[in-house]
Amino acid sequence: MAEFLLEIFCEEIPARMQGKAARDLGNGLQKSLKDAGFEFGEIQTFAGPRRLTLVITDLPEKSPDVSEERKGPRVGAPEQALAGFMRGAGISSMDKCEQREDKKGKFWVAKIEKPGRAAEQVLAETTPQIMADFPWPKSMKWGSGSFRWVRPLHGIVCLLDGKVVPFEVAGIASGNQTMGHRQMGPGPFLVSSFADYREHLEGEGHVVLDAGDRKARISEQIKQICQQHKLSLVEDPALLDEVAGLAEWPVVLLGQMDEAFLDLPPEVITLSMAKHQKYFSVNNAKTGKLAPHFLVVANLAAPDGGTAIAQGNARVLTARLADARYFWDTDRTQTLRSRVNALHDVVFHQKLGSVYDKAMRVAALAKELAPKMGADPELAERAAWLAKADLTTQMVVEFTSLQGVIGRYYALADGEDMAVADAIRDHYKPQGPTDAVPTDPVSIAVALADKLDTLVGFWAIDEKPTGSKDPYALRRAALGVIRILLENKVRLPIPAELSSFVFDRLKVHLREQGFSHDLIDAVISQAGADLVAIVARVEALSTFLATADGEQLLAGTKRAANIVKVEQKKQSETIVGEVDVKLLIEPEEKALFAALETASQTAAKAITAEDYTAAMAALAPLRGPIDAFFDEVMVNDKQENLRVNRLKLLSGIRSALTPVADFDRIAG
Amino acid sequence: MSKPPKQPLSFQDLILTLQHYWAEQGCVILQPHDLEVGAGTLHPATTLRSLGPKPWNAAYVQPSRRPADGRYGENPNRLQHYYQFQVLLKPSPDNLQELYLNSLRAIGIDMDLHDVRFVEDDWENPTVGAWGLGWEVWCDGMEVSQFTYFQQVGGLEVNPVSGELTYGLERLATYVQGVDSIYDLAFNNDGVTYADVFQENERQFSHFNFTHADTEMFTRWFADAERQCGILLEQNLPLPAYDFVLKASHAFNILDARGVVSATERASYIKRVRDLAKGCAQSWVALEEAG
Repeated sequence: MAEFLLEIFCEEIPARMQGKAARDLGNGLQKSLKDAGFEFGEIQTFAGPRRLTLVITDLPEKSPDVSEERKGPRVGAPEQALAGFMRGAGISSMDKCEQREDKKGKFWVAKIEKPGRAAEQVLAETTPQIMADFPWPKSMKWGSGSFRWVRPLHGIVCLLDGKVVPFEVAGIASGNQTMGHRQMGPGPFLVSSFADYREHLEGEGHVVLDAGDRKARISEQIKQICQQHKLSLVEDPALLDEVAGLAEWPVVLLGQMDEAFLDLPPEVITLSMAKHQKYFSVNNAKTGKLAPHFLVVANLAAPDGGTAIAQGNARVLTARLADARYFWDTDRTQTLRSRVNALHDVVFHQKLGSVYDKAMRVAALAKELAPKMGADPELAERAAWLAKADLTTQMVVEFTSLQGVIGRYYALADGEDMAVADAIRDHYKPQGPTDAVPTDPVSIAVALADKLDTLVGFWAIDEKPTGSKDPYALRRAALGVIRILLENKVRLPIPAELSSFVFDRLKVHLREQGFSHDLIDAVISQAGADLVAIVARVEALSTFLATADGEQLLAGTKRAANIVKVEQKKQSETIVGEVDVKLLIEPEEKALFAALETASQTAAKAITAEDYTAAMAALAPLRGPIDAFFDEVMVNDKQENLRVNRLKLLSGIRSALTPVADFDRIAG
Repeated sequence: MSKPPKQPLSFQDLILTLQHYWAEQGCVILQPHDLEVGAGTLHPATTLRSLGPKPWNAAYVQPSRRPADGRYGENPNRLQHYYQFQVLLKPSPDNLQELYLNSLRAIGIDMDLHDVRFVEDDWENPTVGAWGLGWEVWCDGMEVSQFTYFQQVGGLEVNPVSGELTYGLERLATYVQGVDSIYDLAFNNDGVTYADVFQENERQFSHFNFTHADTEMFTRWFADAERQCGILLEQNLPLPAYDFVLKASHAFNILDARGVVSATERASYIKRVRDLAKGCAQSWVALEEAG
């Protein structure tokens, strides 16, 4: 059993591509070794800024011999057929074949012996192929060559139990030599095994091989610095992933930010740090407010403890924030309301007009919707009218993700109402399934109007999402509408053209909340277009069915429905019409009839009063009479009129329950 | 390799050192192209010479103009006129990163004390139909250079591939000298600052770019340059034709800074310049391959 070590060394691999590259390399080797008949121990891959590494343990030196049989033509078949068969099976004469017999007669079988192949040989063939076919998101050529890699390739370590597996890729011969950290490493060194490779690399090589280890080191250093300086990290997992892909030897340094910039919005500072400089921002641990510091992850342990690096980074940050300050100051020389007209020049969608057109539609709709959520219609209209105006500010052009946030600051500076300012910020919410929904009535009105306008608009021009394609994020908009309505208990009928799409999103949403989809179906088919009512019913139904009464009642209705179904099928008849009271003879069927009357009336009243728990409670007493009916009454009476009447009574159970939910749709 | 200097280099010494360094690496040291351009890449020594089969190594300073970046001489980090130092090596040598890092050492950056990083940045210039893969080079978080392996220029695949290095000289100098404002840079070692040389220039040109540039005239110039370029391309004269691509491009930049170009017009202007640039690229390659 041997160990296989592969390192592909190249110029800096973009951080965002490293993780997938390691997986692709692992999958590539795994597949080609399996295809060649190898079984092996463990396969591990690593990616960093300048190298992809793979190690396989317990790889046999040779793949097992394989013998396979191949069925050929029948004995006595024409020469041509035999020749074709031999060609296909890769044999030179029919001597290598034997005859077998089945029901149809005698036929030829070739026995093909495939000797195992040396691992070294297989790896020398497949590794270059995997590299040539490597699925980089973007690749390039360099120099005079034609090979494509993510960036120029510089070295390949390829060892099977310490011995070089020889091949050449892009003019580079595989070998046993690699490099450590560009600055801190000892220069080229030889490696003999994975353990040796890793030890050298992580020791004097100053390269942390594993991305997870690099992240852990960064987090640990951040923790220590924060503790020491009474700071708390503003968490940013995506940034952590990225910086772990930008340093082979990560060293976290605390930098000082010019305090004068703290009057800029904290969102601007944090984003400027993260987006432009890849710095983490930190809060004062006591006040929770942004602190005038930043954390930078360097790729060097400098002899001065990183002082020069931290100072250099601080200067760059000053320049960045000076730019932000310039945008902040020049943007505010103009009021937000004076920017609304400029939205004429911002295209929303070719067929749906400019952002100005959209803002006007949303304003009208927000005003109309406002009373439903207790918002001041004038404020809602004003907020919607201003909501998109910050798209023309330099700050939002520079930091797109701060749209709304910036508008709020500028609105406040202009003296707009606080509710208007908040709505400008919050009307984009929720931006995803975990983002908070707006709760202030004016914000709710504008957020709903904005999303409904988007949905109705794209529906009108037939740009609905299909499959995985949803370029205008309409599913997110629909989920936003759903969550805003439900979490604020706002009663609003969904526009008819959107209802099936919104109901589908609602089902997905409720399923994620743990409700089973059959309950949702059972309720949606009976309820109107009011999502709040639908969910209240689902909740009440779900609670009820979890009780013994509910469970039994469901079982009873299923049994009744089945009997009716079977009889209808048998007799090819349809059971319709009212139960004939005069034909009710047995006390149990009389009792059931009476109970159904009472239950359906009480339930209907409760539903009108939107008391779904009471509606369910009204159904609970049905359990006894239904059970008693099945215990004591023969449905299939010899007298046809009694039989039909009893079937009508049974189908009456379903009708009595229908105002609450379609029990047929509930899984038994 | 040159020894690191003791005191930080002045702005002009920085340029002289880079020129000397790249001359030693076999580059021809050119002078700036004598037209207004938006970036060093647009010098024909890069745009046209990166095309075709012939090897070519060159380095030069190129004054660059981005009218919309003017800040009236008041912003310490933004200028509408600045210098780029441009290096083009065709085919890109295997040790290009090392050569580049040594150039930083030559201008006094101590790699033991400073954090130099290659951060993904795929370069693209739609007005000349060019793109490449590479990085921004960061020194202690400051973007000091753009490092690109050209893949396409003028809409044509390049073969061989050129390595292009663009040093933002003012930024690099503020870094080397440790000053916060470009205007505080020592231009030489005799007390002349960058402000002495360029601040008034920034003020006046910002007024010109944003307010007084005659938009009708620049619209006309754009059309004239486009027409002249077409005539020259018909005559298989890509070098003078390319000069008119640059003139058209600059006229567009001025119009853009004046805020008279709408979003749709903008795309159409860029396409018109790109079409001209592609024409020049094709004509140039045809001549290069023939000779």
